Amino acid sequence: MSFLFRRQHLAFISRCRPFSSVGRADVDYFRTFLPTHAILTTLPNDSGSVAPAELDVYNRDWMGKYTGRATTVVKPRSTEEVSKIVRWCNEYDIAIVPQGGNTGLVGGSIPVNDELILSLANMNKVRSFDPVSGILITDAGCILQELTDYIAPHNHIMPIDLGAKGSCQIGGNVATNAGGLRLLRYGSLHGSVLGLEVVLADGTVLDQLTALRKDNTGYDIKQLFIGAEGTLGIVTGVSILTPAAPQASNNVVLALPHFDNVLPLYRKVKRSLSEILSAFEFIDRTAYDLAVKHGQGRGLSDEDVAGAQCFVLVETSGGRREHDEEKLNDLLAELLDAENPLILSGVLSQNPAQFSSLWALREGVTEAISKEGKAYKYDISIPLDKFKVVVDATREHLAERNLIGEHAVKHVMGYGHVGDGNLHLNICAAEYTQEIQDALEPFVYELVASYRGSISAEHGIGAAKTHALHYSKDEVSIELMRKLKALFDPRGILNPKKILE
Amino acid sequence: MRPSAARLLNILVPVKRSVDYAVKIRVNPQQTGVDLNVKHSMNPFDEIAVEEAVRLRERLKDGVKSIKAVTIGPPKASETLRTALAMGADSAIHVEIPESAPAPEPLGVAKALHALIQRGDGEGKVDLVIMGKQAIDDDAGQTGQMLAGLLGWGQATFASKVQVDVEKREAVVLREIDGGSEEIRCRLPLVVTTDLRLNEPRYASLPNIMKAKKKPIEKLTAADLGVDFTPRLETLKVTEPPVRVGGGKVESVDELVAKLKDAGFTAA
Repeated sequence: MSFLFRRQHLAFISRCRPFSSVGRADVDYFRTFLPTHAILTTLPNDSGSVAPAELDVYNRDWMGKYTGRATTVVKPRSTEEVSKIVRWCNEYDIAIVPQGGNTGLVGGSIPVNDELILSLANMNKVRSFDPVSGILITDAGCILQELTDYIAPHNHIMPIDLGAKGSCQIGGNVATNAGGLRLLRYGSLHGSVLGLEVVLADGTVLDQLTALRKDNTGYDIKQLFIGAEGTLGIVTGVSILTPAAPQASNNVVLALPHFDNVLPLYRKVKRSLSEILSAFEFIDRTAYDLAVKHGQGRGLSDEDVAGAQCFVLVETSGGRREHDEEKLNDLLAELLDAENPLILSGVLSQNPAQFSSLWALREGVTEAISKEGKAYKYDISIPLDKFKVVVDATREHLAERNLIGEHAVKHVMGYGHVGDGNLHLNICAAEYTQEIQDALEPFVYELVASYRGSISAEHGIGAAKTHALHYSKDEVSIELMRKLKALFDPRGILNPKKILE
Repeated sequence: MRPSAARLLNILVPVKRSVDYAVKIRVNPQQTGVDLNVKHSMNPFDEIAVEEAVRLRERLKDGVKSIKAVTIGPPKASETLRTALAMGADSAIHVEIPESAPAPEPLGVAKALHALIQRGDGEGKVDLVIMGKQAIDDDAGQTGQMLAGLLGWGQATFASKVQVDVEKREAVVLREIDGGSEEIRCRLPLVVTTDLRLNEPRYASLPNIMKAKKKPIEKLTAADLGVDFTPRLETLKVTEPPVRVGGGKVESVDELVAKLKDAGFTAA
């Protein structure tokens, strides 16, 4: 009965908007196979509904920048349940936003309207782990930190590590092709993900959950879902190759007199440390000072930072502590004793607490900026030698428009993963204003495009950067992307308005 | 040259290599102790002690003549001394014990330090011992007090602030006590044990790490000091704390109330 009513209702609705809203009939259907606690809805319902505030954590991103108006969240526990929900939604033109830990930076996991939120949080079981091959097969909703803890006793680590590891889910990591701090060492998820289980837009389950290192049998379809941000299918299971845990880690923060020294230093460090080098991170002076000011890790002594224009954090991970320390000490001695030293000074962590404190100087920059003011964030890939050029050009461009100062932009800074060619260009302003926004865009995007860079190195496109996609992808590419989207999701119900406008 | 009445300070800082506090402690299968094949570093309270000695020198300038670090431990404990030297100690003594030997107990350590201090005389005589209030591995918290007793010196334990007047040969120490602090004035020579709030230890800078490699480390044995580290205590058994039992979800208030009743909770 109610289904019939819903069809007529739909016919009326569809004239004014492309998707239908979630209705009581839909919730009733979900209730036929989902338990009470797996459905959160604000729609009036016989079995009880929840206060709108209870959906806030699903409707808002952690930065408070994007807000959706979803009325209903479903939290299926199995691939089969996901499939049933998607099949239903496809039939009745209900748009879906798949959601993991909701820790993204570009609004990819937040509804643009009142789409159904499909949270993978209840799919949180490890399916198998093989300590010999290191292959982990898991549900998409497992939290990255929990997986790390799960495999730690077997002396393996996850190939990715992010600041958000305590909340983000592996399925979301895969869907957004998350980068993070271990990419230099273990490569991107395109390499470490061996197989996926995906629910397609019509509810079909694509089972490519293989545990094979090698599989050259035609098109590698799973790659399309990595970084598709849930627009082509919903990742429900992941098979991922985990590396053996390093037995020893060390880190050092080096103070450099000029940015010009970063690249020669990188070459030298790569050659001297070779296989034990696991991170090479860059922080400019502005970002460093902000991190220290806001208590993100303890700073170096004044003596050690005097005259430093930027800092580099080098991390080593290896199998034998004595070997690693010897290599690192030789490198440091060589750097200090050189005739024209590339570095001014630096500190070497003496214990795990200092190790974390030094990392916090780099990882805490994001948080420090949000404490200082409102951040305009650009996560870009550009040639290494252009890092400083881009930061300086942006600062000059803003200065020319009289936008630098306490009233507008307080700081322009750069930090990021030198090893990956990934710069985080951040503009910290007193307030978000249209004037600053207009001064930055398309200026930054054009600058990046002029170096054939990427406007989104690791954060994705989400809802935030759809308009700027063309700076990094040409017409031919975008057209192919549209065709793929139409092929995988003919009705466009999966995460609409994300990636492609 | 004007003769100086005050004798300049010689500071001794005992440090211990212990399992790092960030390491998850695991009891060994025989239940005789914990897994020691993990990351070790300088006992955090001792790190604070080294830092305080270096800060005293920064404040008193030439008033501090020497800062000597000492450790009692296996060969690898020399790394801990290198850290102390990189932080600013001038020289170090390593009382080496065999890798497989049991860890010395507080009384043994205090006697060794006592012998070491008695050994020095004249210009090299120790005026001030700054050491951690306890080591985080055995948590005994006795060595400083025992050492002061053996030496017949004053002691200022759990220090959160230390001011030394070299001319007057006295120190004013703020101590952490229950519910607040206590300020005491002591004559030198003195044993100070450090508490967490005293300072925040510095990083070892690269130039100082390099310099530390050239600083001298004197090696001694228990026999050189005429002490015996044989333990007086016997460890019967070491066990892990009971595993926390996870929570559960209830569907309704009634169920919650029923479970609370089952568990023995009733309204007062």
